[in-house]
Amino acid sequence: MGGESKWMGLWYVSPYVIGLLLFTAFPFLASFYLSFTDYDLLSSPEWVGLDNYEKLFTRDRTFDKSLSVTLIYVFSTVPLKLAFALFIAVVLNYRLKAINLFRTAYYVPSILGGSVAIAVLWRYIFADTGLVNMMLASIGIDPVNWFGDPNNALFTITLLRCWQFGSAMVIFLAALQSVDKSLYEAAAIDGAGPWKIFRHITLPLITPVIFFNLIMQTVQAFQEFNGPYIITDGGPMKSTYLLPLYIYDKAFKSFDMGYASAIAWVLFAIIMVLTLIAFWSSKKWVYYAGDKRS
Amino acid sequence: MAAITDIPVAKSPEPPTAIELKHRRKALRSQILRYGLLSLVGLIMIYPLIWLIGASFKTNAEMFSSPGFWPSEPTISGYIEGWKTSTPYTFGRFFLNSLWIIIPKTIGTAISCTLVAYGFARFEFPGKKFLFMTVIATLLLPNVVTRIPQYLLFRDIGWLDSFLPLWVPSALAGDAFFVFMVIQFLRAIPRDMEEAARVDGATTLQTLIYIVVPMLMPALISVCLFQFMWTMNDFLGPLIYISSVEKYPVSLALKLSIDTTEAFAWNQILAMSVLALAPSLAVFFMAQKYFIEGISTGGVKG
Repeated sequence: MGGESKWMGLWYVSPYVIGLLLFTAFPFLASFYLSFTDYDLLSSPEWVGLDNYEKLFTRDRTFDKSLSVTLIYVFSTVPLKLAFALFIAVVLNYRLKAINLFRTAYYVPSILGGSVAIAVLWRYIFADTGLVNMMLASIGIDPVNWFGDPNNALFTITLLRCWQFGSAMVIFLAALQSVDKSLYEAAAIDGAGPWKIFRHITLPLITPVIFFNLIMQTVQAFQEFNGPYIITDGGPMKSTYLLPLYIYDKAFKSFDMGYASAIAWVLFAIIMVLTLIAFWSSKKWVYYAGDKRS
Repeated sequence: MAAITDIPVAKSPEPPTAIELKHRRKALRSQILRYGLLSLVGLIMIYPLIWLIGASFKTNAEMFSSPGFWPSEPTISGYIEGWKTSTPYTFGRFFLNSLWIIIPKTIGTAISCTLVAYGFARFEFPGKKFLFMTVIATLLLPNVVTRIPQYLLFRDIGWLDSFLPLWVPSALAGDAFFVFMVIQFLRAIPRDMEEAARVDGATTLQTLIYIVVPMLMPALISVCLFQFMWTMNDFLGPLIYISSVEKYPVSLALKLSIDTTEAFAWNQILAMSVLALAPSLAVFFMAQKYFIEGISTGGVKG
């Protein structure tokens, strides 16, 4: 548009630039610096080199536990949630009259999912004499100790996340609906069955959306806080003590800002490496039609 | 079953062949299977919420005795007692606090996202490519890595225990997801009208306000609705920044009431949970079209 000034656009994006510098770029660099310091908020940060990292990787049993819990959580939640979201989207993607009704019903938990009220609800329905155990009892199954048993607690937290598959499903559904119907018809005429059509036509065409959902869900799952914090407070026996909880405790309960920053950077590094692997591998499995992408 | 398969056959003007019949039966079976499966899953999804509403009207004694949702002796004592809370304030206060966090934050988000998206989608300027890349990078950047220095920054400028740390980053287009969503939306809108307005002598700001903003409305409504809901549900932000109970939003107050009333008064906590979810549910059902569209165009977290 108008050639009045090449600075005009910059003027419009200036709020973003200020926010980026103040609240993203500076904190990003500062936390990297802090991770090499000892900082308890009372005196100024004291440079300790790699001490924090050395302690993390060699002497901190809580970190080991927390890291393994986090990895188990992410690697079970994300595939489960995405597979379920895709499955339901495929079932929904049919000339069903009630498609909007179902879509709404499935989407509601995602809208409410992160709230404290839902975590509260989860505590009650999975309590020893809660809704789930009462239902199990009515079909003759012994009650399960959902939160008290360290072997079950993480699974119960995982279920909460999977329950919120709606937003991933809506994205899948939008992608499925944009697949050119004539491709299906052509394949059907060639005698391909429903599974073959799904495997060789639908799936490749929606790989960009699978990729998008995979990245977003992974980044978010690594940062899960509300569920475990409110429902189990990381317990029992740290079986749901995800890294964000550990970081929170270190930073805002024991005010060990340097150490907390080091844990945050390890978490960040893990997320980044996985994201990079995903991007790198996407060349092999994500199919881009080469158009419609701006 | 036979009666159901007869319906499409009856409509057919000519007697169907055996193969057609077989196809129809197969299609019907697939329909029934789909509906059955979807209804079952839907019920499992929604039942906890239905149960929550029913349970909030139950007595504490009944709460853990039956899985049904209909209370045998309905009572609103959970609402009355829960509303009072164990603090000097009622839940009314906490709802007002939530509202007072949400409204400025949402307005700030909508205005800043509009300006920034306009800048990105309609102008060329030095460093644009790089800045746009930072939008994408911020979208993927885990908050966990910036949280501690942000806290220290707000502490140093004396903003702790105020709503400013919750408002200001959003008012400076800090939610990359929304910026990205509005940019994508704006890029898809043709520029003819804007160019015509510019030829007629309108400034870029006038063009933005009178031409672009009305066309952006659907996207901006989506942004506001998502921001409303996420802020209503936000727990970690207030947990870190708000320390005095008089400033607690609903999310923190609810957590406080679990910690303080747990042992005996389940129905109070459930009743307040219902109230805490009510605004989000109301907004969602009034405007779900915008949610579905927003989520489908921009992709979304959650």
